[in-house]
Amino acid sequence: MANSIKNEEIRRVLSVIVTNEDGVLSRISGLFAGRGYNIDSLTVAPVPETDFSRLTIVTCGNARVLEQIVKQLHKLIPTYKVIESVEFVEKEMALVKISINEDFNGLDAMLKAYNGTIADSGENFIVVMVADNSKRIANFLKAIKRYNPIEIVRSGSVALDI
Amino acid sequence: MDLNGSQMVVEALHKESVSVVFGYPGGAIMNVYDEIYKQNYFEHILTRHEQAAIHAADGYARASGKVGVAFVTSGPGFTNAVTGLATAYIDSVPMVVISGQVPISMIGTDAFQEIDAVGISRPCVKHNYLVKDAKDLPRILKEAFYIARSGRPGPVHVDIPKDVTAQIADFTYPDTITMKTYKPTYKGNKRQIKKVVDAIAQADRPILYIGGGAVNSGASELVREFAEFCGIPAVETLMARGVMGDSNPLLMGMVGMHGCYSANMAMSEADLMIAFGPRFDDRVTGKLSEFAKHAKVIHVDIDPSSIGKIVDIDFPIVGDLKNVLTDMLPLVKEKIDSDKYKSWRELLKRYDEIHPLGYNDNKDNIKPQWVIEEVGKILGDDAIISTDVGQHQMWTAQFYPFSRPRQFITSGGLGTMGFGFPAALGVKKAFPDKVSINISGDGSILMNIQELMTASVSKIPVINIILNNGFLGMVRQWQTFFYDKRYASTDLSAMQPDFVKLAESFGGRGFRVETKEEFVKALKEAVKSDAVCLIDVNVDRLEDVLPMVPAGGTLYNMILEHKE
Repeated sequence: MANSIKNEEIRRVLSVIVTNEDGVLSRISGLFAGRGYNIDSLTVAPVPETDFSRLTIVTCGNARVLEQIVKQLHKLIPTYKVIESVEFVEKEMALVKISINEDFNGLDAMLKAYNGTIADSGENFIVVMVADNSKRIANFLKAIKRYNPIEIVRSGSVALDI
Repeated sequence: MDLNGSQMVVEALHKESVSVVFGYPGGAIMNVYDEIYKQNYFEHILTRHEQAAIHAADGYARASGKVGVAFVTSGPGFTNAVTGLATAYIDSVPMVVISGQVPISMIGTDAFQEIDAVGISRPCVKHNYLVKDAKDLPRILKEAFYIARSGRPGPVHVDIPKDVTAQIADFTYPDTITMKTYKPTYKGNKRQIKKVVDAIAQADRPILYIGGGAVNSGASELVREFAEFCGIPAVETLMARGVMGDSNPLLMGMVGMHGCYSANMAMSEADLMIAFGPRFDDRVTGKLSEFAKHAKVIHVDIDPSSIGKIVDIDFPIVGDLKNVLTDMLPLVKEKIDSDKYKSWRELLKRYDEIHPLGYNDNKDNIKPQWVIEEVGKILGDDAIISTDVGQHQMWTAQFYPFSRPRQFITSGGLGTMGFGFPAALGVKKAFPDKVSINISGDGSILMNIQELMTASVSKIPVINIILNNGFLGMVRQWQTFFYDKRYASTDLSAMQPDFVKLAESFGGRGFRVETKEEFVKALKEAVKSDAVCLIDVNVDRLEDVLPMVPAGGTLYNMILEHKE
């Protein structure tokens, strides 16, 4: 019954369309916490011109767990749709604050490689941003270490089926 | 029509044809109680504890199939209700529970009797609402009843701040309802149903595994028709007791930890499991890697998340069992030949003959199983039996001759001690002409004993039978088997209440029973009595519930006899 394929941990990006109402996020986060499911990242924002919100949840688990996650999400009364993305565009954003005193040699090239820009700058620091898939964001954050970032923030993934 | 929030609640309950509600007032729900006082649509039963109000509404719902309704106030009123909500949720009981809340302006200020009620109830209910504006109340109440009774039923909690109960808005109660986001699947997939019938036709050793969904769906008659036409043996879960009717020779009995030998062997040796609305609870399956090892599994359930949650399913069908069986039966009648399973039926019959369900009766003391059989002999169909949780619950499930669904009212999934007595009150309100019996233990009965007052004041003559062994018997049994007889905190014999005087002090009747003759006499008197009754039966202290599959053990490895 339980074979190795079934127990393999799989990463899954889920888009959940829910009624945009009070407490809906707590229903979803509570569901994950209460049943011991993982949330790698979670983003939420209203779907333009509707009463719905769209959550993008990156989770992982074996096949049975992932099936249950989808079914349990469906079971919530405010859930309209759960999209298990297979082919999709996934983007995550990261902002990195770097001191103005760092040597920015090579930064431009790196930002270019990751489709990033300088989002803002102040008296003491600059903020760079990149948008890419999670893996590449992780790579970027490794690479940016050499500029001794003061602060890093990641947005969590958003995804759209293609 | 302009109404205030409290009037809306009363009107909505009227529109939903609610005839009885259970509850306990308090500060935040007082406006609603004022309107309950003024109306004549429904009766309000004041319980003596909020937990009991929820269990009573639950018992009412389980016995009648209608939505049970209860009211509690904010803060501790609500937190006392939580056990009741959780009990109803895991057993899929339709209920609407309305709680008061502090006024909206005070929410979040740690006000007197404030608690985040929807935050607490969220994992214990099918859905919940915090009502922020009276104009939403008609829709919310309509949705609450609809959600409670549709799909897989369950409790819905509506939390209403005090200012909303006074706020005036238009009341137009919707006749119909459509929700964009909630649409249960009632019809089974036709092609899948056809495949299932083919699988049954090919099987040699099919077993029908009936769960609580068969009761909720109202499919019992169709289940019986299916079983009888096919000649397929059946087992029932705790929640499904009564679906087949105990006189039916195809019924092997209850399955699981305290299931019958033949039922558990049937599950273990079947080559096809036909699961009608169970949820593969660990108390049924035992060790999963050994569960139904040789069987392909068909699972019909209205809740997709039940399917494949515990066990891989070869033939899933999402739908209402009644609809699915209606579609399935004509195909079954075309393709299934009951003769094919004859030798399988005979094998199971032999299993039953080798190890029938039983106990060693004796003359010196009263065996608890005897009490239950005797109640069955005397009352049979005329009684609806509630239980608390523990040994007495299992013995009742094993030994009472249930003839129909909704005759056995018990907390299956949560296993809530203190459930039985208040539930029996709800049962009696639903069926005043039936005898409502709560079979309990000396541990459980004290967990809602205050309901003697409710029963006396509201004239709800329920009979409580206490199988008194001076132990928390089920825990004691585990200690005997698995903890080398170290009876940690389970011996209750040092001091017990005088149950006779206790009952009398609440205006009820009490009986102490030491012999079988006394029991029969007491029961007959209790049935005739208009008062609430407690029958304190002194039973064999060390009787065990058998057979037993140890937790996590395999179904075919049952403890069948007392080991010394």
